[in-house]
Amino acid sequence: MAADSGTRTLISSAQMRRGRGKYIYWTLLVAVVLIFTLVFIGPLYWMVTGALKSGQEIAQTPPTLWPKDPRLTNYTDAWNQLDLAKLLFNTFYYAAGALIFQLVLDTTAAYALSKLRPAFGNAILGLMLVTLMIPAMVLIIPQYVTVIDLPILHVNLLDSPLALWLPAVANAFNIFLLKRFFDSIPEEIMSAAVMDGATPLRTLWSIILPMSRPILGVVSIFAVTAVWKDFLWPKLVMPSPETRTVSVGIYAFSGGTPMNVVVAAAVIAAIPTIIFFLIFQKSIMSGLTAGSLKG
Amino acid sequence: MATITAHGKPAEVSGSRPRPPARRQSRRKRQLQNNLTGYAFLIGAVACFAIFSWYPMVRGVVMSFQRTRRGETTWVGWDNYERIINDPSFWTAWKNTFYFTALALILGYAVPFFVAILLNEFRHAKGYLRILVYLPVMLPPASALFLFKYYAYDPSDAGLFNAILKFFHLPTSEWMQSTTMTMPAMVIASTWMNMGAAVLIYLAALQNIPGELYEAAEIDGAGIWRRIWNVTIPQTKLILSLMAMLQIVATMQLFIEPLILANGAGTQDSATSVAYLIYQHGFFQNDLNGAAALGVIMLIVLAGFSFVYVRLTSQQD
Repeated sequence: MAADSGTRTLISSAQMRRGRGKYIYWTLLVAVVLIFTLVFIGPLYWMVTGALKSGQEIAQTPPTLWPKDPRLTNYTDAWNQLDLAKLLFNTFYYAAGALIFQLVLDTTAAYALSKLRPAFGNAILGLMLVTLMIPAMVLIIPQYVTVIDLPILHVNLLDSPLALWLPAVANAFNIFLLKRFFDSIPEEIMSAAVMDGATPLRTLWSIILPMSRPILGVVSIFAVTAVWKDFLWPKLVMPSPETRTVSVGIYAFSGGTPMNVVVAAAVIAAIPTIIFFLIFQKSIMSGLTAGSLKG
Repeated sequence: MATITAHGKPAEVSGSRPRPPARRQSRRKRQLQNNLTGYAFLIGAVACFAIFSWYPMVRGVVMSFQRTRRGETTWVGWDNYERIINDPSFWTAWKNTFYFTALALILGYAVPFFVAILLNEFRHAKGYLRILVYLPVMLPPASALFLFKYYAYDPSDAGLFNAILKFFHLPTSEWMQSTTMTMPAMVIASTWMNMGAAVLIYLAALQNIPGELYEAAEIDGAGIWRRIWNVTIPQTKLILSLMAMLQIVATMQLFIEPLILANGAGTQDSATSVAYLIYQHGFFQNDLNGAAALGVIMLIVLAGFSFVYVRLTSQQD
């Protein structure tokens, strides 16, 4: 974020602007921009154009940079054979539901822990934070058996979106982020609202939430990308072809499908996230820095 | 402030009992009221934690000592652990996982830090470079891994990596088909996919370093490397050690890379990981109890590791 005249870093700006320093700076910058573009966009370019090539052309050495005879058939095949419209819709639906459940239940929980502070609130928060220390892989088996036979209710949640939405709520990191943000909202505002006779729900809705837009944005982004990127959990709890997410669907089809079609499907699956990222990249960047500790 | 609670009936409870001081009573009532509202707001999230985190934690341990056959569950003591440890893949999986973690520490840990230092020096194109590094983080891992599997690690000369190696007249590789290159190839793919997040976190930490420190070091005649060693690293120590910890815990759970890149176990078990073994026991061998036992072993190893790590890093201070 350091602007031209901003804070001093490893090398002083004066040194970079003068003679040899300036020369080295620009050479390095151009080199890094080129290398990074190649390393991070290059493979994506390879993927997008590769899926336009015929099976014969893709196996040819040396590989061609641009397809000789670009054909969209791989993309249309992928779209039709894998029923990508359905898979994409499922993933959108799960992401939207996870977002709503997390926004409602995690913000109310964080609000209670931060402002209402019921007895044992800190103990509850502590128990929530402990779950951050437990690696996901360790819990996968007992979580799975819990989902196929929910305690007390004895309901099977397989193939039900609730199997993705409800565990997403148990996200200690989001609750912690929200609570820390709510903690920073001055107590006087709260007491003023109570004096005016506002109920806790009303205070949350009309005072806390409007002030918390930035952190709500961050939590929303985390919630949506988590669903989009998750693989093993949706693979386990959404076993039917009709309820699969797009990642699981592509994986399931990859066995008997020509590789060009699989890659075309992978490209299509990546497009929504890339668009989402380009739209929200400012909030994502600032969210990541807000979430990190001070060094 | 008014002593009236939300229900507005402060003195109704009195009755025949000797009445406690009005103040204390209404305070207690208000407290109860407050607790009830508080729990009403908490209940949804707490229920989700209870069902999907706390209960499974306990259940995983219990399951690891049980065996379920034809709907009947019996207590079998250490049987599951014995079976899991005697599985020929057990030690291979641990060896592979540690190897991956070590490689990922060298590559996936050092590279993002130096990339962040470099990006922090630039006055131009910063936003563009940051978006570039973060882009792969946003891709669904299955998409990114299929790209690597089919195009980058294609064992023929038509593959992206082999084409590049050939261009520079370097020896080409069979990548996922070779037993020695499987792990490095998985680390490269994993680093490419994940480094963006680490770079952004380091960048935030670097921006908090006071410029005067560099100024002072420069006046004392410290060159660029000395300044990195004596200013940048000590100033970012906290975040560096935290990220090392997170990186180790994350890489020890290696799963999707072997599953997609190496079709699971890879050539001669060269890609089998502990997490993959959990998956395999649980869902292919129909041995959920064994898989739970393996999960408990993984938890103990990671917890033990974290304990040692925290001990070591706190001793340094």
